[in-house]
Amino acid sequence: MQLIRDLGKFIAWLPDIFSKPENWGMYYKETVRQMYDIGIGSMSIVMLISGFIGAVTAIQFSYQLSGGFIPDYYIGYIVRDIMIIEMAATLTCIVLAGKVGSTMAAEIGGMRQKEHIDAMEIMGVNTSSYLVLPKLIASVIVIPLLVTIALIVGIAGGYIAATYVAGLTPVEFEKGLRFLFDPYNVVMMYVKAITFSLIITSVACFQGYFVSGGSIELGQASTRAVVFGSINILIADLIIALLLMG
Amino acid sequence: MIRAENIVKTFGSQEVLRDISFTFDDGKTNLIIGKSGAGKTVFLKILVGLLQPTSGAVWFDDIDVCCISKEQHRELRMQIGMLFQGNALFDSLTVEENIRFPMDMFTTRTAKEKLKQVDYCLERVSLEGINDKYPSEISGGMQKRVGIARAIVLNPKYLFCDEPNSGLDPKTAITIDDLISGITKDNKITTIINTHDMNSVMEIGDNICLLSDGKLAWKGRKEEVLDNDNEVLIDFIFASPFLQRLRSQALSK
Repeated sequence: MQLIRDLGKFIAWLPDIFSKPENWGMYYKETVRQMYDIGIGSMSIVMLISGFIGAVTAIQFSYQLSGGFIPDYYIGYIVRDIMIIEMAATLTCIVLAGKVGSTMAAEIGGMRQKEHIDAMEIMGVNTSSYLVLPKLIASVIVIPLLVTIALIVGIAGGYIAATYVAGLTPVEFEKGLRFLFDPYNVVMMYVKAITFSLIITSVACFQGYFVSGGSIELGQASTRAVVFGSINILIADLIIALLLMG
Repeated sequence: MIRAENIVKTFGSQEVLRDISFTFDDGKTNLIIGKSGAGKTVFLKILVGLLQPTSGAVWFDDIDVCCISKEQHRELRMQIGMLFQGNALFDSLTVEENIRFPMDMFTTRTAKEKLKQVDYCLERVSLEGINDKYPSEISGGMQKRVGIARAIVLNPKYLFCDEPNSGLDPKTAITIDDLISGITKDNKITTIINTHDMNSVMEIGDNICLLSDGKLAWKGRKEEVLDNDNEVLIDFIFASPFLQRLRSQALSK
């Protein structure tokens, strides 16, 4: 029941978010600030995780394919497609749901509790739009870029592990990377990245904006932003897979 | 002129405001007084439009704020300045950026004009030269004054103050009262202050309404406060044992 209520509240909130900004310059400045916070602030964790995932994927598949029936260069092919189809977008966005989502919910929720949102409303600012729209735009631009970085670093991690640990030659790994490449998968990766970035931001902003109570409630809202964000990402992942690959 | 008409506000089954009607005088310092939990803040938030009344109406001159579009509401709000109980200064912005924020958002003034207005407002609240400080680097009293400077930066027609003296020592509280009263007179604005500070009542209360248990218990002027037999008012004013003793002594003479 609460879920339906929240969904209705969220839909009713959308026209406020997408209404015309009072001042494009202020929105632009805020968008750039958010892009920096989301992008630079998350780059190291995204690179770290995707590098390890790429490396582990290469090592594990090298172990499983060691029977000799399947050519070694398939490791490059598997690392590439796992990163493009699933890991780069989904794993990166689940990590970002934790890092960026909780930060956004806490930031907006804190502003609600300290009456900053009321102060802006009194000034005549459309706070739904000013606090949410720049975050949405920033995340739709920056998160696909982070996913691209995750893809590159993941494949690089796979390359290092495959060549230094699994004993592949660089030529074999590169052959696998080029093997049966389908650009459609890259399109699907960006569809996922954009969808997930919208989910992360909207769930987090909703939880923060409508928080009430004190610090415990703010903590709960932040946790809900992460949990609901991650669950919604997984549901959207399934739906996109069914629609684009089914 | 701001007029509240038969304001009722309920939260669930709890009735917080019960049929309150009051007219706030133009160009005066109007006070909403009462004990904690009397409904003052809810009443103030209804007046500025942060809360919707369950029933009743709020009129700004001839505009019923309950029946206007969001766009009209925003336009009206640009004529309102508000000082919040907790100041509501943006922590990540400097004092100058805080005061400049409404101008950045709503005006097309040049950077030089904005700086001039910021400096004027800071001078008005006697805080020249703290432009680059962050709210966390200044005292509570200074934060209140910065809040006032931000509230008046767009030359509002109405100034609302939610417990401007809370958390301040008596001397600083008097300074803040004098400042608000001075701005009200100099700028010819209508000020509405929500307070339970008796100094404020006796010093700057041009037009006062007393709330008790969500009801309007008394209304009048500061000159009428002491010479009054309204039990709720007396109970509110002479709340401390010290004042009660003084009153008994005065009455016995």
